[in-house]
Amino acid sequence: MTDQTIPTMGADTSSTVATPAGEPILEVDNLRMYFPIKSGGLIRRTVGHVQAVDGVSFQVPVGGALGLVGESGCGKSTTGRVITRLYKPTGGAIRFDGRDIGNLKPRALKPFRRDIQMIFQDPYTSLNPRHTVGSIIGAPLAIHNLVPKKQILSRVQELLEVVGLNPEHYNRYPHEFSGGQRQRIGIARALTLQPKLLVADEPVSALDVSIQAQVVNLLQDIQREFGVAFLFIAHDLAVVRHFCPEIAVMYLGKIVEIGERDRIYRHANHPYTQALLSAVPDVKQAAIGGRRERIRLEGDVPSPINPPSGCRFRTRCPLAQEICARQEPPLLQIGPRHKVACHFAGELGQHPFKPVTARLLGVDDQGNPDPGAGPPTELFTQPGFADTWFDIKGRSSVEP
Amino acid sequence: MTTGTELESHFIATDLGPEAPEDRKVASKSPTQLALARFRKDKLSMVSFVIVVFYFLAALAAPFLVQAGVLNPFTTHDELLDANTLPLGGFGGISWDHPLGVEPGVGRDVLSRVWYGITFSLAISLSATLLAVIIGVVAGIVSGASGGWIDAIIGRIIDLTLAFPQTLMLLALSSVALAFITEVLGVPAGDPARALYVIVVLGLFGWTGVARIVRGQVLSLREREFVHAAQLLGASKMRLYFREILPNLWAPILVTFTLIMPAFVSAEAALAYLGVSIHPPTPTLGNILRDSLSYAQNDFVYFFSPAFLIAVIVVSFNLLGDGVRDALDPKGHQ
Ligand SMILES: Nc1ncnc2c1ncn2[C@@H]1O[C@H](COP(=O)(O)OP(=O)(O)OP(=O)(O)O)[C@@H](O)[C@H]1O
Ligand code: SF4
Ligand SMILES: [Mg+2]
Repeated sequence: MTDQTIPTMGADTSSTVATPAGEPILEVDNLRMYFPIKSGGLIRRTVGHVQAVDGVSFQVPVGGALGLVGESGCGKSTTGRVITRLYKPTGGAIRFDGRDIGNLKPRALKPFRRDIQMIFQDPYTSLNPRHTVGSIIGAPLAIHNLVPKKQILSRVQELLEVVGLNPEHYNRYPHEFSGGQRQRIGIARALTLQPKLLVADEPVSALDVSIQAQVVNLLQDIQREFGVAFLFIAHDLAVVRHFCPEIAVMYLGKIVEIGERDRIYRHANHPYTQALLSAVPDVKQAAIGGRRERIRLEGDVPSPINPPSGCRFRTRCPLAQEICARQEPPLLQIGPRHKVACHFAGELGQHPFKPVTARLLGVDDQGNPDPGAGPPTELFTQPGFADTWFDIKGRSSVEP
Repeated sequence: MTTGTELESHFIATDLGPEAPEDRKVASKSPTQLALARFRKDKLSMVSFVIVVFYFLAALAAPFLVQAGVLNPFTTHDELLDANTLPLGGFGGISWDHPLGVEPGVGRDVLSRVWYGITFSLAISLSATLLAVIIGVVAGIVSGASGGWIDAIIGRIIDLTLAFPQTLMLLALSSVALAFITEVLGVPAGDPARALYVIVVLGLFGWTGVARIVRGQVLSLREREFVHAAQLLGASKMRLYFREILPNLWAPILVTFTLIMPAFVSAEAALAYLGVSIHPPTPTLGNILRDSLSYAQNDFVYFFSPAFLIAVIVVSFNLLGDGVRDALDPKGHQ
């Protein structure tokens, strides 16, 4: 990774942001997606909202890869679908190549559709069973009217070859292929328009373990060869490990920890990340610190309709204290490229006894407003990383 | 209801991986071809299919045979009737020249009349079925795919249509409607206008079932990822509805088609009985049946001919519908 410093593409250009991985192709800023819940009956009133995604911010560098990890139902797919604009976001910005596409109307969106594509989770429903492979892969070209009809076939065959399928099979139907092969067809379709960003929504979790590695390798080759950026969604930390230099961990619609691979895998500061990590079989970890104990989380994920107050993880968190119910922990930058949202952030076994965030929020250790604490500190809330951060051990701001 | 596709794939496809030899000699079989293969194995369906095809061939041939003089549905034969205008000879006057005898009253050849009657009956019920299916499919797709208030409005229209006292309205409105059809639309008065009236009425009242089934299918298809994929590619609504969703609907469409068709054959007969459909001398199975009812006791062969032909086509079409459904959906309905 190069170490140059480039200003962000965001609206706020006053704060310079260190982006060693390059300019972001995608910047998601405080993204929210609420699904209305309608009452039954004739007049369908909105009686509540599923807060599937609630204030998510991150960046994906040009040609880079961000892993988005979390349990089922935490809003990963929804995030992916909002970014690809299958849904219109409730709030926040989706800046693609510097331009906010969050509010674009379908017509204005069409040029961006070429640049952002998606690889779907289920290879059995992601291909139209009534279309041949050729027309599935060629559809993007036909829709965007990019090449004359006669050339579509040769492009399709080229793509089939890229994803490791027999180019002569363009005339077959999806049901004649296995799950892994179908996923390759889906990948070929996503590549047809030569996108700059691919959102891969659990692209291998429906596949046999033996096939998973092959497909991940294919994605890796594609990334190297075509320089496509990836938002790689997965439900555990094992799959994204070799693919993504940066990882974001989501819980119930929010990012709880985000940072460089190494910081997440070896220096996770959030109890939820630590629980997820304890489930990853890990040889290297055994070498440095002995086998990690499996941390079992009690209880179920709460409903995103009525998320817990304060920290959303508190109903299952082994460290939860009073402040966790009263104050929402800010996503605090605690290292050059590492942010965490926890009042008691710290490496496993080294969590502090007093909340590290109390003074920043202007509250006392129980989370009550504290007049003596002075005004809350302005925190860096931009999607990227600042070049100053908060040192949780010294409890002060640091500059490199 | 789902098509056999998912199920099939689990059995047919084995993961060969990219390195595995891919040149296995498997002929490319679309889901349609697989369904056809299942259909062919089902004897009862095949028999009913052959009967249905036979009817359609007969219906197509009749106008030419009439023109060629082989069938004479309009020629009267007073000389073959007795003083009570009943056919001379046994069994309704069956002879070499008139294999099904002659009509009591005017003495027209029964075979010619029922044969030619099939043509009109099938033409009317087929057109009405097509109309109902087209309205139903479009309404169902639009309703299911767009949701929201459009869906709600179409739902209310369906309720209203079902609540309508069809037969009464049909009778009450027929003179007004016929006047409208001839004067405003310029359709020739008489049989063409009446036929059009029956087609439109059957179509306008018959689409609701199709719309409901299609809507249900669309609701489940809409959540399939291939629909999302098409949206992501920037496909237009038209493309989404008619290129992505519609091809996945032809199974339920075909099934509803084969089930509506026999219902409309019966309905046409009932309407003819009420005097709404085409009038004699132009024959339909319905209006021949109506005439023959008064001779049920005196001339059984005459009465039996149209009734038998209607029963056979209705039963065959229903069996065909069941067979088609089973072939397309091997999981359900044992
Ligand atoms: N279209 C929708 N309407 C209403 N609620 C929805 C919709 N889509 C998702 N949700 C809800 O939003 C929450 C997040 O769903 P999402 O599919 O994004 O989770 P996920 O992290 O992808 O989970 P999984 O690992 O199961 O795919 C869930 O509670 C889900 O029920
Ligand atoms: S803020 Fe509190 S509840 Fe939330 S993760 Fe940290 S310790 Fe647990
Ligand atoms: Mg998901």
